[in-house]
Amino acid sequence: MNSNMNGQARYPSPEQNGDFAHNAPARHRTASAWHVAFQLSTIVGILALIALLYNITTQTFGLVAVKSRVDPASLAIDGVPLEELSKEQLIAILENNISKGVMRRLERDQPFAERSRENVYNLVLERVVEMEIVRSWTLPESLFQRQAIEAEVKDKYPGARLQFRSWLNWDFVRSSQSSVPARAGVFTALQGTLWMILITMLIAFPIGVGAAIYLEEYAADNIFSRIIETNINNLAGVPSIIYGMLGLAIFVRSLEPLTSGTLFGFADPTTANGRTILSAALTMALLILPVIIINAREAIRAVPRSLREASYGLGATKWQTVWSHVLPNALPGILTGTILAVSRAIGETAPLVVVGASTFVALDPNGPFSKFTALPIQIYQWTARPQDQFRNIAAAAILVLLILLITLNATAVLLRNRFSRRY
Amino acid sequence: MTAISTSEALSRVTERAGEPQFNLRRKPRLSEKIIQGFLFVCGAISILTTLGIVFVLGRESLLFFGSPEVSLLEFFTKTTWQPAIGEFGIWPLVTATMVTTVIAMLVAVPLGLSIAIYLSEYASARARSILKPVLEILVGIPTVVYGYFALTFVTPILREIFGKNTVEIYNTAAAGLVMGIMILPMVSSMSEDALAAVPRSLREAAYALGATKLEASVQVVAPAALSGIFAAFIIAVSRAIGETMIVAIAAGAGPAFTLNPFRAAETMTGHIVRISGGDLSYDSIDYNSLFAIGLLLFLMTLSLNLISRWVVQRFREVYE
Repeated sequence: MNSNMNGQARYPSPEQNGDFAHNAPARHRTASAWHVAFQLSTIVGILALIALLYNITTQTFGLVAVKSRVDPASLAIDGVPLEELSKEQLIAILENNISKGVMRRLERDQPFAERSRENVYNLVLERVVEMEIVRSWTLPESLFQRQAIEAEVKDKYPGARLQFRSWLNWDFVRSSQSSVPARAGVFTALQGTLWMILITMLIAFPIGVGAAIYLEEYAADNIFSRIIETNINNLAGVPSIIYGMLGLAIFVRSLEPLTSGTLFGFADPTTANGRTILSAALTMALLILPVIIINAREAIRAVPRSLREASYGLGATKWQTVWSHVLPNALPGILTGTILAVSRAIGETAPLVVVGASTFVALDPNGPFSKFTALPIQIYQWTARPQDQFRNIAAAAILVLLILLITLNATAVLLRNRFSRRY
Repeated sequence: MTAISTSEALSRVTERAGEPQFNLRRKPRLSEKIIQGFLFVCGAISILTTLGIVFVLGRESLLFFGSPEVSLLEFFTKTTWQPAIGEFGIWPLVTATMVTTVIAMLVAVPLGLSIAIYLSEYASARARSILKPVLEILVGIPTVVYGYFALTFVTPILREIFGKNTVEIYNTAAAGLVMGIMILPMVSSMSEDALAAVPRSLREAAYALGATKLEASVQVVAPAALSGIFAAFIIAVSRAIGETMIVAIAAGAGPAFTLNPFRAAETMTGHIVRISGGDLSYDSIDYNSLFAIGLLLFLMTLSLNLISRWVVQRFREVYE
């Protein structure tokens, strides 16, 4: 396979061979040059991937300049730092530092007796310490331009402390939305995504597998089944945003009584419209249905004919054969395909924006009829903000999303390797 | 009713022989029929989805074109899209879509084809087993992540190279470049499949005639796989036209009639996402206009997909 490397040696020289091979060296030089070009293209592709991951990582970690109204160290009681104080002590700090009116309003929002220590601690940070990140830097800047950054902080933000911050941390995963980047988290979005995926799967999995069984086991080779087949292939090529428009017109608007939950009396009267988890899940189910069907059909087709014949030979009916022999054998393949479809659904953004996942939801979703936001929507919203710190949390949210997707895909690969059978 | 009598006779025969009794009559099983019916409905849902898409896009578009402010002629000829003042010319959105798509294809076609030729013709099995999965990671990355990449990485680089005055913060060039990276693995893997399907004997024949590896790949193997490669390009165009989040994030908000890739412009998909993401009242002309854009988008991608399938069927070289 390296004929182009030593081409000159393997061919007779022009003097020996006359005109026949007079251009062979030139041709081989061209071949080598293109070989390098092809190799470089592949490297460019991989470099693009590396640049993408590098960009996200460097935005997630880096130095931040923090300014606070009250030094947290001064709030320590008897040498116990603020982070370790009990809930009662924290409430006392709140009472000492903020006005009665604000205190009453907080009590009205949610009585202090019901609030968790975590919640009160955050209130102290928010209302008393008033910690604020005034500027953030990316990882390479933080590592290589430390002096310049320190000088800039001294100059522009007197009193601010410089500290290293990982924007992706446990608090980020566990806290709900907030308009302040440093306190915002993806918990609401993560819950929204999980709810949506759960319902999407409940709808799409049985229908997708059912359609695959019908096409592989039942359908005669007639015009109708050919139409279904062509149609599924075409649907797989429809841009996702078109599904979003379908969802908006049908699920959000026409079926509003169903999707808002008013039909079942579940609706939240303040927000009763069709822009709910259920609408998004139905839309997403239609979107991933072709993927599930195509993968499930392949898995079913891989089950050998002899298994079916053996089952029929023992007097089983068609459905008994399918249910007890074909499906169990095709299941690993079906599940692998389904997981891949789910990871596509998790990353889809456009149809959710169109169907109307809310951009700011104060309450965590608690059922199919809640307003919600999802992880990719959250990333989109944060990316669209001009401030640097929203870029940072968008990068952190992207890391959460990618970790989720990698886990899912790894599961799919494991499943395939663990259960794949050869006949 | 002869069938029954035969089976009755048969069962009497077996009875007489003292063997266990079988009823060989095929029982009508209601549950089997119900299950088959259910499975049929599952299959038919895909048809309903297509009908739903066509119906929804068609009906709202008819409402749009039926309204007095809009004329079909102006829709396809005017170059301003300003719903607020009743200007509905689709061209600014189409040109932006064209610019991003062309840039994406300029990235994806040469790179994708080179990668496909490298992986299929040059790379060792070991190199391929490492490179292919790495490139396929690009397929699994959500498009919103690519959008972020375009805005926070590619745009600053472009502004650095060409000057901050030439390149706007939102521009179609960055969106197009990143979109090219996004469709790159699709082009390369579809083309590679086509190249790999060309039988080994063709390569051997070329080598026997003294062709170099490059000549064998480019002049013999690639032409033999041309239908598959071409189909991959068409599918890639269709994907680029329908791609939404990259352009929504990086290409800019607000329709602009320009072919300058360094200026902000809004594509068809970007416009749909921006308008429908805001507060949108049903039955307004804005709402209906989105579906008209959607219909155009749907027809464009559908016809590209159909053309690609036709190319494969019509021009495929079948060996052996």
